[in-house]
Amino acid sequence: MKILTANRLSDGIAVWYADGGWAETVEHADLAHDKAAEDRLEAIGAKAHANNEVVDVNLIDAEVVDGIVEPVRLREKIRAAGPTIRNDLGKQASKAA
Amino acid sequence: MYRYDEFDHDFVQGRVAEFGDQVQRRLSGEITEDQFRPLRLMNGVYLQLHAYMLRIAVPYGTLNGKQLRMLGHIARKYDKGYGHFTTRQNIQFNWPALSDIPAILADLASVEMHAIQTSGNCIRNVTADHFAGAAADEVADPRPYAEILRQWSSVHPEFSFLPRKFKIAVTGAERDRAAIQTHDIGLHLKKNAAGELGFAVYVGGGQGRTPMVARKIRDFLPEADLLSYCTAILRVYNLYGRRDNKYKARIKILVHETGVEEITRQVEAEWQELKDAELKLPEADIRAIEAYFAPPALAGRPDGDAAVKVARLDSKGFSDWLDQNVVTHRHPDYAAVTISLKGIGEVPGDATDSQMEAVADIAEKYAFDELRVSHEQNLILPHVARADLKAVYDALVDIGLATANSNLISDIISCPGLDYCALATARSIPIAQEISRRFASLERQREIGELKLKISGCINACGHHHVGHIGILGVEKKGSELYQVTLGGSADENTSVGEIIGRGFSSEEITDAIEQIVDTYLGLRLNPQEKFIDAYRRVGPAPFKEALYAGEAKAA
Repeated sequence: MKILTANRLSDGIAVWYADGGWAETVEHADLAHDKAAEDRLEAIGAKAHANNEVVDVNLIDAEVVDGIVEPVRLREKIRAAGPTIRNDLGKQASKAA
Repeated sequence: MYRYDEFDHDFVQGRVAEFGDQVQRRLSGEITEDQFRPLRLMNGVYLQLHAYMLRIAVPYGTLNGKQLRMLGHIARKYDKGYGHFTTRQNIQFNWPALSDIPAILADLASVEMHAIQTSGNCIRNVTADHFAGAAADEVADPRPYAEILRQWSSVHPEFSFLPRKFKIAVTGAERDRAAIQTHDIGLHLKKNAAGELGFAVYVGGGQGRTPMVARKIRDFLPEADLLSYCTAILRVYNLYGRRDNKYKARIKILVHETGVEEITRQVEAEWQELKDAELKLPEADIRAIEAYFAPPALAGRPDGDAAVKVARLDSKGFSDWLDQNVVTHRHPDYAAVTISLKGIGEVPGDATDSQMEAVADIAEKYAFDELRVSHEQNLILPHVARADLKAVYDALVDIGLATANSNLISDIISCPGLDYCALATARSIPIAQEISRRFASLERQREIGELKLKISGCINACGHHHVGHIGILGVEKKGSELYQVTLGGSADENTSVGEIIGRGFSSEEITDAIEQIVDTYLGLRLNPQEKFIDAYRRVGPAPFKEALYAGEAKAA
């Protein structure tokens, strides 16, 4: 399964494509289960890049754990949560609060 | 320290305005990311995992209280309350919004700082011995030459699009604290038999995926010829350096592939064309720059010895800190202080906004308003009266920066690694933290003695693992982090590249492996004075391999 991720142009914050927009957290990201869906996400990413909404657009591997979307690779897990050494920073910070 | 003249002010202000305009045009969509990327990189703006990153130049690691206070202000106002001091004597902020960066650069310009040439294939911040101007063993302060190189290399039209980035380091002492042999050009300031100043010139050092120790191509270059000779080196590199392969584009590869004799011949031939022309430095100009770096007037403070003696008896913490973090100054009543940014279990090189402000206060009150960033990711107060050491120590205790571990195993260099960096393949900071905690006992650390442990989270080697006495390289293998250990590296006047000791270790195993290496050293050293690196050079890798892997061989 794949999901679409990028960084927002204005502040660089990591975002994921979900429900027709760019979400600041990964858990409800739109999942692509097949090649056609991946192509669709890729086209959305390319358009958002061209519209100067986001930069560094990538399709990444994801899985669903307990109903929540999670990236597979460690790099992407860290992007989705924040630095593993500072739980007060990144996406994980607001969850802890 | 150096103060901007009118030209410098205009130049930096001009760049702030120019980049502010570029950011506006990017945000409004007038220019594309492909157009903008090289522009932002020229101004130190990267995109990392979580956000943009801004790398700010600290020329040759020198700054004053006002500048450090401004860095604290930026950390608080625009970032998340902290900054990360780097192995290139710079500072990085990990969370700035692109839309805020023009304001940050304007704030920086107000204290004569900028982020120009902290990225890109140009001549980067020139680094220097962090004890420059204070060290008892230097022939002269190397920073005036670093400043001359900075002025010459800033937006140098010929050298702004080199095959790859280019780093220059300068030391003024025989004992190399600036790691000059790991740089593209390393300059060792020295005196010849006639007492004249000049440089031994090293070329082609570097780390990354192909570590190389620089080769000396000239034993004595008169100071007046600094720019003409560096220009000759850069011209040869610019002409023949490889542009077809990013991984082979550094000058170290050119030196290696061409051979040091031939490179020397080419540089000398080029230099013959340049040496007596406009790049020859007039004596008056060198002395004028030198005057900016005139040491503060150090009044006699003979009360220092007695004060230190009493304070030592009073406080074991102070006594330990004195032994470990305070070094001899050229003036007997003074000392140079290392402020460790390596608290046990802390992130190497990180400082909070309030710590930066407090250190700025200490520098202004006790250290003639002078500070340095060391390439080992610590801060330095280069001139402190011995009589004031206890007051400085107490002030550092108050802000949690009095860890007495300079040059010990917990004084770890670490790159940001996969916790922040888009290029990283593994995390490095958590490994540094765990090793630091394992060796938390200062008594144990001092028993081990000088040991430089350096960690990189990818093959680019920002954490200098190749030249660590113990080096750790994090890689990704089959989706997991794996840590490869090298032994026997060093980055001083006897620079060497460490050797890979064997198979890598998982994140769960690596700290045990490091402990085993340290215990092996303790068991085989001739006496407590024999440092880890000296013992390793005497015995080689075999006893360490045996300790780490013998069990496996038997099991197999």
